[in-house]
Amino acid sequence: MSTGTRRQDAPLSASGLSRLAWLRGDGVVGWLFVLPALVMYAIFVLQPLALTIWYSLYRWDGFGVATWVGFRNYVTVLTVPDLLETIFNAFRLAVFFSVVPVGLGLVVANVIHRVASGALGTLSRTVLFLPQVIPLVAAGIIWGWLLALSGLVNEILAAVGLRSLTRAWLGDFGTALPAVGIIGIWVLLGFCTVLLLTGMSKIDPALYESARLDGAGWFTELRAITVPLLRQEIVVCLTVTVIAALAAFDIVYIATGGGPGHATAVPGIQIYILAFVERQVGLASALAVMLTLLVLAIVVPLQWFSRERV
Amino acid sequence: MRPPRAELYAGRAFLVVLMLITIMPFISIFTTALYPSGTVPSGLAWPADPQWGNFIEAFNVANMSVLLGSSTFIVVAVVPVALVMATMAGFAIGLLRIPGSRVLFLLFVLGLTLPFEGIVVPLYFLEQQMGILNTRFAIVLPLIGLYMPFAVFWMRAHFVNMPAEVSDAARADGATTWDLFWRIHVPLARPAIASLGILMSVWTWNQFLLALVLVEDPLQRTMAGALGAFQGHYATDIPLLCAGTVLILLPTLLVFVVFQRQVIAALLGGAVRG
Repeated sequence: MSTGTRRQDAPLSASGLSRLAWLRGDGVVGWLFVLPALVMYAIFVLQPLALTIWYSLYRWDGFGVATWVGFRNYVTVLTVPDLLETIFNAFRLAVFFSVVPVGLGLVVANVIHRVASGALGTLSRTVLFLPQVIPLVAAGIIWGWLLALSGLVNEILAAVGLRSLTRAWLGDFGTALPAVGIIGIWVLLGFCTVLLLTGMSKIDPALYESARLDGAGWFTELRAITVPLLRQEIVVCLTVTVIAALAAFDIVYIATGGGPGHATAVPGIQIYILAFVERQVGLASALAVMLTLLVLAIVVPLQWFSRERV
Repeated sequence: MRPPRAELYAGRAFLVVLMLITIMPFISIFTTALYPSGTVPSGLAWPADPQWGNFIEAFNVANMSVLLGSSTFIVVAVVPVALVMATMAGFAIGLLRIPGSRVLFLLFVLGLTLPFEGIVVPLYFLEQQMGILNTRFAIVLPLIGLYMPFAVFWMRAHFVNMPAEVSDAARADGATTWDLFWRIHVPLARPAIASLGILMSVWTWNQFLLALVLVEDPLQRTMAGALGAFQGHYATDIPLLCAGTVLILLPTLLVFVVFQRQVIAALLGGAVRG
């Protein structure tokens, strides 16, 4: 502020004076406040991000001389079926990680809101949230055992007379991806439920009162009041869960390692294998760039959507 | 007005079943952990002769005391430093509105959705050059950097909503920028800082990818990273693996149960702002 007025009052020494004021004022000091954060961010995020793009244009084994290949690594990712499949797998996983927890979360939050305002509601919030707090690695180990041939899931199936269905769920080509998806549902359902429930508690109870007086059941209530008014919370849930699916690593690495074959290979796993097992650093980097862009391509429109309507 | 009685019972029954399904996996690994080491146990049944010793064995085999130390070191090295940096940056961008703060803010926002996989490959080679690969700093330093977008975003959101009168009054009393920050605004920002601290602690404790790629020795890793290595070694000895998992989960679950309200609020707040 003061710099602006001085500049007008004393045009001759304007630059010197305003510079002095700026030095004494918030300008330089302010930048000193930002500097530590900026330096750490630049060194450990922006620099490697630029390097990922740079590496993606070379063929390099991590030791020897790198060869410039232009965009050929990107062409490879898009044309080699095993690599392209990882991106499709990420989207398949997103159906489980995202659509199910958000959809089911809406129903569960609605049930808690309607019939469990007291201790049961608090208890169910806590219990459903538990899987969100533990490391994803632990979730992978726990479910790896539950879904194993002699694990709990098969035991329950056998007990109810469905022994014919039992199998090694994570080792079977047909069921491995949905099985990993179920782990994601277990982890993310509580998160979505609690977030949606928080949003619901902000909705004017009078709306529900009048709906109930009109004899609206839980589904009508959900469709006509809850979903439209919770658009922002729903978008947040979708954003978080879609990122969790597209950038999935921990659960998949522990539960299946990407197998059997490539049945559960997602970009994160493939980047790891390419870079640190097969030593194809350039190719791994190209896939990493594509994953980063893919996440942006999904998240940015979602954010626009939530801002525009609310 | 309450919903019909039938719906009341059906809804509550639904919740109870859902809770049972959610909790079942925890119960299953707990009972499995009590079977004799090396056997292949079955499902949920309580073992005939519970082997409580498995927990002691897992504690020793996994070197749990060293692990706890290592994870704690990493959290203590990351969280306070990241908190100070993010609070200062958020203050300058959100409250001082320094020249260029818009550009700075956009620069940080750019990193909000970045998946760790997007940078982990060059990070490995960078750290090799820096000579910090396979030390705990290989995890600590990048984590501080990676938390900056979210942490600065979070603290800026707090400072942007502070009424200008607070700062103006202090300025009129002749407070320097540092006084304004340290004496006035940091105390006022304590709740926002605390939530951010809880969030970053949980994320650090549970960080796996960086630990896996950047540190070979499991004893120098985060809890999640160590658990990954433990699974690699004992994948065939299911009771021992389950015992180790239970032990590693215990601190997290205890902290969650004690600080439930704060943890839930922080995690949700993190999502909404992010």
